[in-house]
Amino acid sequence: MSDIDLNGISNMQYDVLREIGNIGAGNATTALSQMINAKISMEVPNVELLEFKELSEIVGGAERIVIGILFTLGGDIDGMMMFMVDQDAGGHLVNLLLGNLQSTYDKDSSEFTEMEQSALNEIGNIIAGAYLSSLSTLTNLTITSSIPYMAIDMAGAILSVPAIEFGKIGDKALLIETEFGNIDKMVNGYFILIPTINSYKAILKSLGL
Amino acid sequence: MDKTIKVGMADANVCKSPYAITTLGLGSCVGIVLYDPVCKIAGLAHIMLPDSTKIINNSNKYKFADTGIDILIRDMENIGASKRNLVAKIAGGAQMFSFSNNFEMMRIGERNVIATKDKLNKLGIRLLAEDTGANYGRTIVFYPETGLLHVKSVGKDLKII
Repeated sequence: MSDIDLNGISNMQYDVLREIGNIGAGNATTALSQMINAKISMEVPNVELLEFKELSEIVGGAERIVIGILFTLGGDIDGMMMFMVDQDAGGHLVNLLLGNLQSTYDKDSSEFTEMEQSALNEIGNIIAGAYLSSLSTLTNLTITSSIPYMAIDMAGAILSVPAIEFGKIGDKALLIETEFGNIDKMVNGYFILIPTINSYKAILKSLGL
Repeated sequence: MDKTIKVGMADANVCKSPYAITTLGLGSCVGIVLYDPVCKIAGLAHIMLPDSTKIINNSNKYKFADTGIDILIRDMENIGASKRNLVAKIAGGAQMFSFSNNFEMMRIGERNVIATKDKLNKLGIRLLAEDTGANYGRTIVFYPETGLLHVKSVGKDLKII
């Protein structure tokens, strides 16, 4: 029961992780909507357990440029969590958050200004915060997170960081894909939650699994 | 152009000239190229962690620097390479996120590089070149014909080592 092997994760554990992703995504949508004062919708997240070699294929190839925003976790559990979007999706989110006043992001200039980077960090903060607060409520565990750390690089390179953490406990990684946006455009975002092995036990135990 | 063999994360493969071998988007992982210049056979392993003995769940041997190199040599010998000819080139081991606190989890790239060098040293395989560390991702392609390793990164010039 408390032996954690992600390869042999039970249906029950899988459902629980998906449900956490679901609730977290819902919370994140509400928070984002409030912040930009417009309706944002979010699809039901898709939870997948992937082999390392498939991991970057699912996000469009290892060389695709993506934005990764990473948080380290503390409190009752240790580990990290990452929110990842591709450049185009990141640009769309920045445009939503900054409105048409500030944002100069367009697809052709792939650089984000300092203002846009800080907007991305804030989006990461909102989404991670919402996700973690749902996890915390469900498990009754205290979970704190660090400030956001951002990197913009090839998907394979960004994903290597969480993949390595998963590598310590198994041969697969758990990826939660969600689609969100406003009426004009929906974009894909990915969450990756990586508790350390002991924290995994703590989470499942507190859920009675 | 299709004569390039792809290697994924926690995976390895071998090739013989005129084929080339590649792995895309190395971050904190290390790409280890072993090369037999006599018969122009190359092997590439994309390892994620330094030490298989520290991990209970270690069924995928390609995941680790120590066991990954052992098994890569065996795979190369199977297609005709000779262990005593082997030389190495490595790339990767970056720290992708610049954390303020320096906890062990974050220095994994550096530890992967150290473990790789230790293992090569133990086996008496000479390390000819490396492009490791820093904070950016790398795509590498190795050409057994020339023995050269091409390293590509976002916003940087192609590096040939």
